[in-house]
Amino acid sequence: MTTFLKSREALLIGVIAVLLALIATRFPAFVAPDNLARVFNDTSPLIVLAIGQALVILTRCIDLSVAANLALTGMVCAMLNVAMPGLPVVVILILALFLGAIMGAVNGLLVWKLSIPPIVVTLGTMTIYRGIIFLISDGEWVNAHEMSKAFTGFPRAEILGLPMLSWIAVIVAVMFFIIVARTPLGRAFYAVGGNPNAAVYTGLDVGRTQFAAFVISGTLAGLVGYLWVARYSVAYVDIAGGFELEVVAACVIGGIAIAGGAGTVLGAILGALFLGIVKNALPVVGISPFWQLAISGSAIVIAVAFNARSARSKGRIILKRAEATA
Amino acid sequence: MTDASRHIPDRLESRASRALKSWETLLLAVAVAIFIVNSFASPYFLNAWNLSDATFNFTEKAMIAFAMAMLIVAGEIDLSVASIIALASTAMGAAAQFDVSTATLVLIGLSTGVACGAFNGFLVTGLGLPSIVVTIGTMSLFRGISYIVLGDQAFRGYPSDFAFFGQGYVFWVISFEFVLFAIIALIYYVILHRTNFGRAVYAIGNNPTGALFSGIRVQRVKFILFLLTGLMAGIAAVCLTSRLGSTRPSIAFGWELEIVTMVVLGGVNILGGSGSIPGVVIAAFVMGLVTFGLGLLNVPGIVMSIFIGLLLIGVIALPRLVAMVRR
Repeated sequence: MTTFLKSREALLIGVIAVLLALIATRFPAFVAPDNLARVFNDTSPLIVLAIGQALVILTRCIDLSVAANLALTGMVCAMLNVAMPGLPVVVILILALFLGAIMGAVNGLLVWKLSIPPIVVTLGTMTIYRGIIFLISDGEWVNAHEMSKAFTGFPRAEILGLPMLSWIAVIVAVMFFIIVARTPLGRAFYAVGGNPNAAVYTGLDVGRTQFAAFVISGTLAGLVGYLWVARYSVAYVDIAGGFELEVVAACVIGGIAIAGGAGTVLGAILGALFLGIVKNALPVVGISPFWQLAISGSAIVIAVAFNARSARSKGRIILKRAEATA
Repeated sequence: MTDASRHIPDRLESRASRALKSWETLLLAVAVAIFIVNSFASPYFLNAWNLSDATFNFTEKAMIAFAMAMLIVAGEIDLSVASIIALASTAMGAAAQFDVSTATLVLIGLSTGVACGAFNGFLVTGLGLPSIVVTIGTMSLFRGISYIVLGDQAFRGYPSDFAFFGQGYVFWVISFEFVLFAIIALIYYVILHRTNFGRAVYAIGNNPTGALFSGIRVQRVKFILFLLTGLMAGIAAVCLTSRLGSTRPSIAFGWELEIVTMVVLGGVNILGGSGSIPGVVIAAFVMGLVTFGLGLLNVPGIVMSIFIGLLLIGVIALPRLVAMVRR
């Protein structure tokens, strides 16, 4: 199993390398270190969200509300900054994490306590969170000139040549490498997704583990919410619209099995990087950015087919809930 | 976790249908209540033409919801329906630039829908992939193709008689779309509740393995259901394109959510195995009346979507909360 997973990630690294090499033959500037750093920075939000989503998918759930969560948290942060320009960024960061966690917890509670299928819960909360943005903002935009310098400067602040945004992605990645590979919680994610019935017999609370995954995914979405709004210096109702699909695509491409229990954090990161490189290479190669959506769509379909070919399990009926709580 | 009757399929039918009947009665009561509240809340509500306009809020979505209901009863789902509308509409728009006849346009719209449904069906039944991810993928793919074709442009210039499907009236205030909706509802009622095929759909949703062993061609039935869903999305695309008179790649954006909400509100178990067409019909009216009533009160569309989201979760949560409290 481990060897297979390793080969999956190796395959992705190979694909990314070939992709970069192909682009480099015609546009050598694309693979210059500073441009690659720029691509990484641009992909950082996707990486952070994909890590959260990977944990959720590991436990046999799915979180389609991440983009709405991100947008709502971003809007709250922006409006708070306008109302209280003196508020330190640290406070806003903590608030963003907290707000994201609450929204994740709402998803998690509905899945855990009421056993509602995750797809239904997060489809519902997705529209609710988006709607709330409209309610609190009245449909108005918060623009760059209204935000304070400290607020918009944080994700761009450079440390050792890399912007803060990239560093945060690196920190989150390392953190979850450790959590998933080295802690009981990490093992629980795999156990719950791999075989919920067995997980119950080993004393794990399936619902609670899923709840934890949703809270993590929500917290990360909240974090990205502030970073996103600060980086682009604008907040409005539709920011990151449809981004949840790109996040799921990154996970699926990264080899996170949608039936749960298989996949790694590294895979999710590589999946996100793959999409990020494609996205940034399109304009360079001279293809209209309107191709992006179709490319991620095909990537999802191909990757799912790939995943099923290599690890065919009976977890096909995705709508049927694990019978663990029976 | 689900009701114990899941494990005794032959007894499930009578019990489930009785339970569903009560659900439908409840829903009907809600519909009537909303109707009454609306007619008090706004002086413009009780007007034949306004009410006729209100039906456009749900007719196109409901057409797809019937096919989606069968798909969900069978334990699958199709989240790509709104994107199929976009692609079918784009195909018709592209054809309209070559001055083809209205009949050809309709044919192109319907066959695009069927082709998309076949693609989904092949991936799910042929390759054995989970429908939820496959259709999330094709959701981006189909709409993505529309974006590739159209970018930030729009197709216009549909022939004038093409407008009939979305704007025509058959009799007084009864629109063509409403008649089509009623006919399709009837057809789906017969298919799901009066044919062997319908029985097979329930059997598959309750126990796919059992259905297979009782001689039902599970994969083939599912494939047909995906085809039907695609076809319905094609029909909805014809109506919607005709009603709007133009095609943008963002057409029908987010409809998949409203359609799934409609199906679930109609009493279809999201886990498969139970549900009925009359329930979905009433749910369509409920959602149409709610959005229309809120619209008359000047509530913006995005706030209405909060209601729809709450409705979706609330409808599933409520029976479970009641069961929890009883225990």
